[in-house]
Amino acid sequence: MSSIFLYTVISLTALGLASALILFLVAQRFKVHEDPRISEVEEELPAANCGGCGFPGCRNFAEALVKSEDFEGLYCPVGGNETMNRIAELLGKVAVAQEPRVAVLRCNGTCEYRPRTNRYDGSQTCSIAAALYGGDKACEYGCLGYGDCVEVCKFDALHMDKETGLPVVTDENCTACGACVKECPRNLFELRKRNKKDRKIYVACMNVDKGGPARKSCSVACIGCFKCFNVCPWEAITMSNNLAFIDSEKCRLCRKCAPECPTNSIIETGFPPKKEKTEEEGTGQTTVVTDNNTEKDKND
Amino acid sequence: MFKAEAEVLKTFVKGGIHPPENKLSDKSAIRDLPLPKSVTIPLSQHLGSPSRPVVEAGESVKTGQLIAKSEGYVSSNIHSSVSGKIAKIDAFIDSSGYKRKAILINVEGDEWIEDIDRDKKLIKEFSLSSDEIIKKITESGIVGLGGATFPTHVKLNIPRGKKTEYLIINGVECEPYLTADHALMLENGEELLVGVSLLKKALKVKRALIGIENNKADAISHIRAIAKGYDGIDVYALRVKYPQGGEKQLIKALLNREVPSGGLPIDVGVVAFNVGTTLAVYEAVQKNKPLFERIVTLTGKSVKEPSNFRVRIGTPISMLIEEAGGLPDDAGKILYGGPMMGKALSDPSIPVTKGCSGITILPESESLRKKTEPCIRCSKCVSVCPMGLEPYLLMGLSQKNLYERLESDKVLDCIECGSCSFICPSNRPLLDYIRLGKTAVSKIIRPTK
Repeated sequence: MSSIFLYTVISLTALGLASALILFLVAQRFKVHEDPRISEVEEELPAANCGGCGFPGCRNFAEALVKSEDFEGLYCPVGGNETMNRIAELLGKVAVAQEPRVAVLRCNGTCEYRPRTNRYDGSQTCSIAAALYGGDKACEYGCLGYGDCVEVCKFDALHMDKETGLPVVTDENCTACGACVKECPRNLFELRKRNKKDRKIYVACMNVDKGGPARKSCSVACIGCFKCFNVCPWEAITMSNNLAFIDSEKCRLCRKCAPECPTNSIIETGFPPKKEKTEEEGTGQTTVVTDNNTEKDKND
Repeated sequence: MFKAEAEVLKTFVKGGIHPPENKLSDKSAIRDLPLPKSVTIPLSQHLGSPSRPVVEAGESVKTGQLIAKSEGYVSSNIHSSVSGKIAKIDAFIDSSGYKRKAILINVEGDEWIEDIDRDKKLIKEFSLSSDEIIKKITESGIVGLGGATFPTHVKLNIPRGKKTEYLIINGVECEPYLTADHALMLENGEELLVGVSLLKKALKVKRALIGIENNKADAISHIRAIAKGYDGIDVYALRVKYPQGGEKQLIKALLNREVPSGGLPIDVGVVAFNVGTTLAVYEAVQKNKPLFERIVTLTGKSVKEPSNFRVRIGTPISMLIEEAGGLPDDAGKILYGGPMMGKALSDPSIPVTKGCSGITILPESESLRKKTEPCIRCSKCVSVCPMGLEPYLLMGLSQKNLYERLESDKVLDCIECGSCSFICPSNRPLLDYIRLGKTAVSKIIRPTK
């Protein structure tokens, strides 16, 4: 009896060894030579696979980084300069520093300012609504409010404000990956330079209609009146298609333009409230002002 | 092979549905709609590039005068539908749901250009050559009036190497509610048949087939009686099934030929035109009248007088509604077109364009969408798709942005008939997503703009 065990063990062991040898030889023969640095670089990346760098995933980006000579055009917006510097050190190259950016919604057409003109009962997604018509509110350039952007945001930086019907960007979570910019069928998102204390000044409107029709469709629409353009000392404001645009690279946050705007379409956030005599003491005391409050104050 | 006497009703094979017909206005004679105070004539009423305006604000125009020129090969001329002064050329909301360029004309009187023969007398004889007919059609700005608005002259210029055997005239009108083509066949049958002869001459074909669905028995017998006086024109009664009015379905029904995927009817030797287009061809060639009015059905269950109107292009839809007894109290949606392929409008001031065959007003109880439920894999959408596609699959692919697979699963073959959304027991927005995927795929294949 014991001989059967013995033969079995010996034959199976021999078979196993032979297979192992074949597998070893095959593995040697067809070995894929991969730069070990790719895995190292990948380790350093945030592993969000968000596509913000323009590559399908972090590994593809790591490959591109290893192959690249001077990191030209390669940047991980999620990891930022810190990650890029670490990788550069690892690869013995120099990273191209970029200003950190943040997404902003260029529409302030809340229910209050932009009247509802019809009722939409189709699929509750922006892409389908935009393919069908100009939307259920008066302005055909503004936010549709079905939250396709919230859906694509991988960093929990966007949520819909039920009251205003507009998405809100949570600045500390936003990595400027640009997913919302690509998704929005109205092209309302813009990546802007991130300033100290998340201060922002931007034109929250994309309506390219002439002043009259624009104002009619939304009371906080940019009417292209050139007032902000004329007052800006830094040449940061450009006008085109009846619309003002503030270049976040040139803007020095001097806050001269916002009070000039006759329709309050220029939004400033993150600033302490201006000391004005007309203002009540209660509001004047608040030092940190949330985004919503500033907007409301301005529009009062 | 094709005998008019053989009364076996033809139809297409794949898929198809039987929505309630509701042809409420089929007994209504065509009425001329009174002239509006002003018309808004969009510059993009046809497939292809928008036309270029050749008039300026402040200028006076006459009815029938050219106001915008065709821009490129696939484009079309546009003529003024009224006489009056051009108020402005600006962006106005049109049936696309967006503001697009249009010409606003304030109406003053009704003075037609002298070339147009306004006599109602039928002119049967013509001595023009094929090229001359096509030239007149091109100049008159005729586009497919069935709804696709493809410029007619492009269809008439047969590419080299292709042979045309049959001309098909589409009098199917399979869309529920709409009766514009039906009314046209009853009232303008004589003119229609002359139009068919003109198109036959233009295409140099010997045979023309007119397909009419069997629910229009009066039109079939009427057209058949007139067609007896013409050589090579046969009228076929077709079994009622939606979407038989689709070009490819009609060709399959009449000739049992299948247009290959991605191909055109000319690939199987056929060119097809709607009856409205054919009448416009008659008017353009025999009466020198460019395309500036069309027949529009205004219908709906709670509409006081569902009617067929002869409407000048650019007339606001609100005027048609007034003329048919006003907007019913229970109106939920105003559809531009019929209930299957029509599109809900956001504004009743939107003008009638060349492609508008009807306006359907649905009561609120019928118009609202039902709650979307998960797909239960019943495959009803697959069995009704007249193009043999898998709508449930295409919708999923479109939601996931898998464009390559959408393309290989023939999303571009979709004719957007809406049969899948109609039949779906879970009320899934199949067509909405398929259309989205189709647009995205065709943009990738042919990047324009």
